[in-house]
Amino acid sequence: MELQAVLMAAGGGSRMMDLTYNTPKPLLPVGNKPLIWYPLNLLERVGFEEVIVITTKEVQKMISTDPKVKLDVKMKLDLVCIQEDADMGTADALRHIQQKVKTDILVLSCDLITDAALHEVVDLFRAHNATLSMLMSKAHEFTETVPGQKGKKKNGEQRDFVGVDGTGKRLLFMANEADLDEGLVIRKSIMRKHPRMHIKTGLVDAHLYCLKKSVVHFLADNKSISSIRGELVPYLVRKQFSKSTNSPKVNDETHQNLKKIDSNVNLEIQISSRDEELLHLTQERSCWNDHRGDMSEAYHGGRLRCYVHIMDEGICYRVNTLAAYIEANRLAPKLFDEPAVHPSAVVSERCLIGADSIIGASCQISDKTSIKRSTIGVSTTVREKVKVTNSIIMHGVTIEEGCNIQGSVICSNAVIGRGADIKYCLVGSAQRIEPDAERTNEVIVGTDQLMEI
Amino acid sequence: MADCGEPDGPDNKDNITRSKNEGKELTKEEKQRLRKQKKQQKKQKERKDEKGPSETEKEKTPVSLLPPRPVATQKAPSALPAPASAPIPVPASAPFHSSPTPSPADKPAKSKAELKAERRARQETDRASKQPGSSSSSIKTKAPLSELNPVVKRLPEHVQVDDPAVVKRLAKKLERQQIPLRSDYGYKVSLFSHLHQYSRKAPLTQQLSIPSTVIHPSIVRLGLQYSQGIVAGSNARSVALLHAFKQVIRDYTTPPNEELSRDLVNKLKPYISFLNQCRPLSASMGNAIKYIKKEISNIPSQCKEEEAKTKLLQCIDRYIEEKIVLAAKAISKYAIEKISDGDIILVYGCSSLVNHILCEAFEKSRKFRVIVVDSRPRLEGREALRRLVQRGISCTYVLISALSYILPEVSKVFLGAHALLANGYVMSRVGTSQIALVARTFNVPVLVCCETYKFCERVQTDSFVSNELDDPDDLMVTRKGKTQLENWQDVSSLGLLNLVYDVTPPDFVDLVITDLGMIPCTSVPVVLRVKNLDQ
Repeated sequence: MELQAVLMAAGGGSRMMDLTYNTPKPLLPVGNKPLIWYPLNLLERVGFEEVIVITTKEVQKMISTDPKVKLDVKMKLDLVCIQEDADMGTADALRHIQQKVKTDILVLSCDLITDAALHEVVDLFRAHNATLSMLMSKAHEFTETVPGQKGKKKNGEQRDFVGVDGTGKRLLFMANEADLDEGLVIRKSIMRKHPRMHIKTGLVDAHLYCLKKSVVHFLADNKSISSIRGELVPYLVRKQFSKSTNSPKVNDETHQNLKKIDSNVNLEIQISSRDEELLHLTQERSCWNDHRGDMSEAYHGGRLRCYVHIMDEGICYRVNTLAAYIEANRLAPKLFDEPAVHPSAVVSERCLIGADSIIGASCQISDKTSIKRSTIGVSTTVREKVKVTNSIIMHGVTIEEGCNIQGSVICSNAVIGRGADIKYCLVGSAQRIEPDAERTNEVIVGTDQLMEI
Repeated sequence: MADCGEPDGPDNKDNITRSKNEGKELTKEEKQRLRKQKKQQKKQKERKDEKGPSETEKEKTPVSLLPPRPVATQKAPSALPAPASAPIPVPASAPFHSSPTPSPADKPAKSKAELKAERRARQETDRASKQPGSSSSSIKTKAPLSELNPVVKRLPEHVQVDDPAVVKRLAKKLERQQIPLRSDYGYKVSLFSHLHQYSRKAPLTQQLSIPSTVIHPSIVRLGLQYSQGIVAGSNARSVALLHAFKQVIRDYTTPPNEELSRDLVNKLKPYISFLNQCRPLSASMGNAIKYIKKEISNIPSQCKEEEAKTKLLQCIDRYIEEKIVLAAKAISKYAIEKISDGDIILVYGCSSLVNHILCEAFEKSRKFRVIVVDSRPRLEGREALRRLVQRGISCTYVLISALSYILPEVSKVFLGAHALLANGYVMSRVGTSQIALVARTFNVPVLVCCETYKFCERVQTDSFVSNELDDPDDLMVTRKGKTQLENWQDVSSLGLLNLVYDVTPPDFVDLVITDLGMIPCTSVPVVLRVKNLDQ
């Protein structure tokens, strides 16, 4: 077997608590399918037959019991549960499943919605015998108004600085603005080997990584690394250019340093494979070099290599903020070609349903309603004379007559009283909006949620 | 048959000459047999069944197959300068000419010239009888010099791309093996429309499932490395292939009720098709594959799986050690004798063997300078330049367009080879024949360095018949942000051609340095024969 897929579905959705306090993030409906369906569908399309899904007990229960959550995937899902309150990072989760990892792995996050050609990422991984290969995409500006956002959108997302070489494939430098104190520091060794580097900031990390098996074993030995994105990837990118540790210099260093060197050595040793001499002979006899202009051999003799595939066009979203969630709902229908109006929905003739709206199963849409650019969830009831524009209505919602809902997100099991006028609001799960209410740009959540904050 | 035990050559020739002298009196039977042989050959190629005389002759041909073996081996030591392009008609006609003779003749041996004349006459009759027949008269005969099979091998499919029947057959074969078919790309120049032309931007892995289950992952990786040019160069490709096969053998388990010797060979077949789709196999790879298949089939059935696998892995290691590493050492030893102090050596492109020789010579403190000639679009000379300069050798770098300007300075030309063909032609990177030609006109000696495992039984006299077409988009250059040829596909009268190989005639090559010694180009068939006898 060549690659094992690992899907990280234990995240809490910390940046969109309003949506996730009742529904766990992997099960949030996007285009009337649970969020976790999208990466699973991607893996299935590409040809995977088994996936290891790391998730919480709650999600596992909901997947197996809840009829609304239908994951119609043909792959074998191996659900591994971890404690919710253990605060495990993604790297910790990998350490947890170390026993199951038998080959190189492809790590995905449950909030990735993309139509990328995965073979580009995996080909880089295979052809260059890379340790890490990842997917990134040019970020798109979110144009939709986000409910509940007051004032200008603050640039809360800290920028990522990604440095690639001339071909745009080799990953030379990766740092987050948060980790940089004063400025961008680039080591001289990198500049000597790759004098031309392109530094890009407008990229979205798709959190799709191909990792060698030896990295998982390395993680098992180094318990200090807890997040793949935050710590492991920058570490690997940095390690490409550190002095090779063929012979560990055991001087009188502190215990800390010794341990670090040991870990370095471990990684190098684990990366080298059997038949190293044959591979070396091949490289020696091959007339190929990945760079030119200096006297060094291909890859500068380094054994650790990190590659990135940057998508120019296509859909690639990480649904971890409200804005991304709304944007994803707009574009999700393009990824699967099911009919926009589910056959089991009861839609009366005298209603206007726009072409880009999705109506879920078992819905009841009454007369004289107008639904434009919206998503209506499963088992939702929409009464007469309702206007729904640019909104996302989740499952089990009841919208009474005469309502006007614009640019809003209504979570599951909410009830909107008659004649309410909701503009750019987020109505939490199981909330009731009283009749004739007029809400603009508000986040309406339950009192227990407020308590948590 | 009467002449099975014929011991010497001259007697044999007597039979031929005798039967030729009695040409007019050739029995109808013999004529029919000759015709039948040719029809069989045609039938193999065109799959047309001719009833009639062939039916009656069918049972007679198995008998006439017996004498060929001793006939051929006797011919071998006598160094006949027979053009190897017509070995088939000669042996094919030889056996049946000798078989019907009732008794060995006591005729005195005729002179060589007369024998040659008779042979030529016979060839002409063969050609005359062949002409009204097949259209594809360019039968590529894998000259079976040691084993005489009257069966002519089919043209390989990779040089018949413009024949839809062949393409359909290939597609069916690949479908059976569950390997995706790689589609051709772009407009092909008409002279080369019989060859495949693929685009590097459309790798074969696009159509494979990602955790590849049908094809072993190391083979997928190898195919990718071939198609992207990461592993390039005859030696590197063979070593990488053998390395991948080692992984395959390690991960192989014999299914129940199967024998390793047969099943493993069948497992390797789809992998080889896959690699062929990624990039056409080189001659050295072909020889390596033949060797492996032979070794696998020779595994005794009582051998336990673990033992068999270790044995195979050791065989592979030994093959690489002998044929590539030690051969390189032997060749450098011979070649260094030819390098004298004060020499100015010209090399072309990046040949791993030539680079090795020059580095060794430099270490043995020979004083020489190197001129590296390079050509677009590959520009492999840059890599050769880097390796030589890194060792401290003083080098000059020119493009092939400057060749005639620098040749007056050059004292020797060292060329590497991709394969050495059975008629003495050298198949190498495109541009090599140019170098050899211009060097000949300047009276500069041309030495080709080639290991014996790259010797190929194929025969080719021009670069059109069998070649490789690389991605035409490689010819596009972007200067100052502008790519002139960006929309070359829209121009209907424009075709881009990116050839990879060409053949150099033996007249331009002065010496071939192999691990068996320094031989003239025309002795390649002898080496092949000796090699086949050994095996």
